[in-house]
Amino acid sequence: MTADLFFQYLFAGITYGIMYAIVAIGFNIIYNTTGIINFAQGEFVMLGGMIAISLLHVMPLPLAITGAVVLTMLVGALIEILFIRWLDNPSVLRMIIITIGLSILIREAALHIWGESIRSLPYFNGNEITTVTLGPVRVSPQVFWVIGVCGVIVLLLSLFFRMTPLGREMRACAANRRAAVLCGINARNMVTFSFMLSAGIGALAGCVMSPITYTQYDSGTPLAIKGFTVAILGGLGNSMGAVAAGILLGIIEAYSISFVPLAFQDAISITILLVILFVRPHGLFGSGETARLKEF
Amino acid sequence: MKKQLNNIFLAVAALCLLAAPAVQAGTIKVGAIFAVTGPASFLGGPEARTARMVVDEINKKGGINGDKIELIVKDSGGSPEKAISFAKQLIEEDKVLAIIGPSTSGESMKIKKIAEQGRTPLISCGAAEVIVNPVARYVFKTPQKDSFAVRKIYGEMQKMGIRKIAVVAGNTGFGKAGKGQLIKIAPEYGIEIVAAETYDKKATDLSALVAKLMANKDIQAVVNWSIVPAQAIIAKNMRQAGWKVPLFQSHGFGNIKYVQAAGAAAEGIIFPAGRLLVAESLPDTDPQKKLLLKYKKDYESHYHEAASTFGGHAYDAMTILAAAIEKGGNDRDKVRDAIENLKNFPGTGGVFSFSPEDHNGLDISSFVMLTVKNGKFALYQGK
Repeated sequence: MTADLFFQYLFAGITYGIMYAIVAIGFNIIYNTTGIINFAQGEFVMLGGMIAISLLHVMPLPLAITGAVVLTMLVGALIEILFIRWLDNPSVLRMIIITIGLSILIREAALHIWGESIRSLPYFNGNEITTVTLGPVRVSPQVFWVIGVCGVIVLLLSLFFRMTPLGREMRACAANRRAAVLCGINARNMVTFSFMLSAGIGALAGCVMSPITYTQYDSGTPLAIKGFTVAILGGLGNSMGAVAAGILLGIIEAYSISFVPLAFQDAISITILLVILFVRPHGLFGSGETARLKEF
Repeated sequence: MKKQLNNIFLAVAALCLLAAPAVQAGTIKVGAIFAVTGPASFLGGPEARTARMVVDEINKKGGINGDKIELIVKDSGGSPEKAISFAKQLIEEDKVLAIIGPSTSGESMKIKKIAEQGRTPLISCGAAEVIVNPVARYVFKTPQKDSFAVRKIYGEMQKMGIRKIAVVAGNTGFGKAGKGQLIKIAPEYGIEIVAAETYDKKATDLSALVAKLMANKDIQAVVNWSIVPAQAIIAKNMRQAGWKVPLFQSHGFGNIKYVQAAGAAAEGIIFPAGRLLVAESLPDTDPQKKLLLKYKKDYESHYHEAASTFGGHAYDAMTILAAAIEKGGNDRDKVRDAIENLKNFPGTGGVFSFSPEDHNGLDISSFVMLTVKNGKFALYQGK
């Protein structure tokens, strides 16, 4: 392998990886407050892209993206209030099945609203063939948007969870829901809020990714599978871990194509998921001890 | 025990009678199986909409010989399993006269036998040649054969002096069949395939694949064979990588939405397609021109989206069937014979002339080479 090719693969891998990581972060937020995996996370990504594309007809790009994020957050809140909030002490399994059902529901609704055709947002800078040359590699400027947005999300989230009272309350609910309630925290509101937050992040990811990957009513599910793999790989609930794991998986996928046929790319990530679940269920960057204290 | 069984049998029979909808006098039932949703929805969507439009138009004019057409559309979601059960349902329960569709080659192959056993004419909208080769008595198809598309591409490459190419294809029935044809026919044109890759139908980025191919300096052109969004993605990734070799696509690229999706990267892509996409620029003497313009206008005013060649396949299937019903009436075998004897019938895909040996009825001239110029389809004039 030549050096040029090495760096091309590296950048392709980082692009894939960062996209997986943003989806994984959405999984982590809801996991951190509720202890469940929201399998409708991929649908939030799709909704964000789709709503922004529709809004773009009537408003400029930044406003359309903001609108899409806000609307998707409302959808997230609505879902939580309608389907999850009223459950008394739901089991983890029940919550997971509810979210799988919701993901199918959202997908079908999107099919009816937007139809089956593929759409995309325009490139934020330049167009489809604009590239930035970095030494031997050429990279689309949109890749930097994806990386930048992901970086900002991770930074703001870690500040939010550590510094703000709301963030601390959300973490308290995750650590021990009953104790948090006894301390006067409204645990139900925290869950609603975590759905809104992860829906918003998913939507933002959907917007920055749309020019690269395109958006279709069913584009959420494959992303959710990759995102879930990355979330597990990085250790559930660990945002930094998700970024590292995402980049790792992306790079493995990118380099794998020089050894095995491309169609095996997905098989590789699923294999990694299985191996991790067997060997190190708390993820590469998670701690085994905390994992044992959690329900799931 | 035996009596009990008999009673159950009677009860079931009675139920069946109740369930069977009363057939109105003067109504001909036509079944349609299209992948309206799912990965092949960009085929099935326009096809189902087109079929409805054509049937509405026929009924508005008073039907065929006074009989109205009742179109029963089933959404297979692109799944062969669903196509099988819908085909059985349409033939055995709804007792349709004929079936149009399915949208994809994979589904068509699965129900070929069912149509044959049910002695029901099937006009498929799938592209693969195997649907009508070997010929099945009741099975026809309207899209041009994929081997014509391959020959058209290779012919163009010969003119351009291209000898070494890379083939990439999606892992769908269409992609696999096309890749097979590309590999089989290449030696006839003195073309060597130096790299062949298959990607997942849900692929969202192919830049690593492009990097791998680009490192092989022998490659003079790339042929991509798929019907999924990756068609636009590979074009983008190639241009982003600064790779200048010509990109050929299959006739699956004949949907303006993919051109829009690929934007500036779509410029200069070369692909074979039916004449529908360049109807306006055809000479007035072209036998298809009038019909193509009418279909385009009707479809676009009905559904407010650009007409695609795929919807055209359903248009051809439905108009061919209507012409056959006019001759054969509401009789499966007579309609089958009428289709087989149809000659010089202009459709969107070409001028159809069926025969007992040829259930596609089109020849290689039904394809023209197109390219993308300023975001629009244009006839390819060579370099």
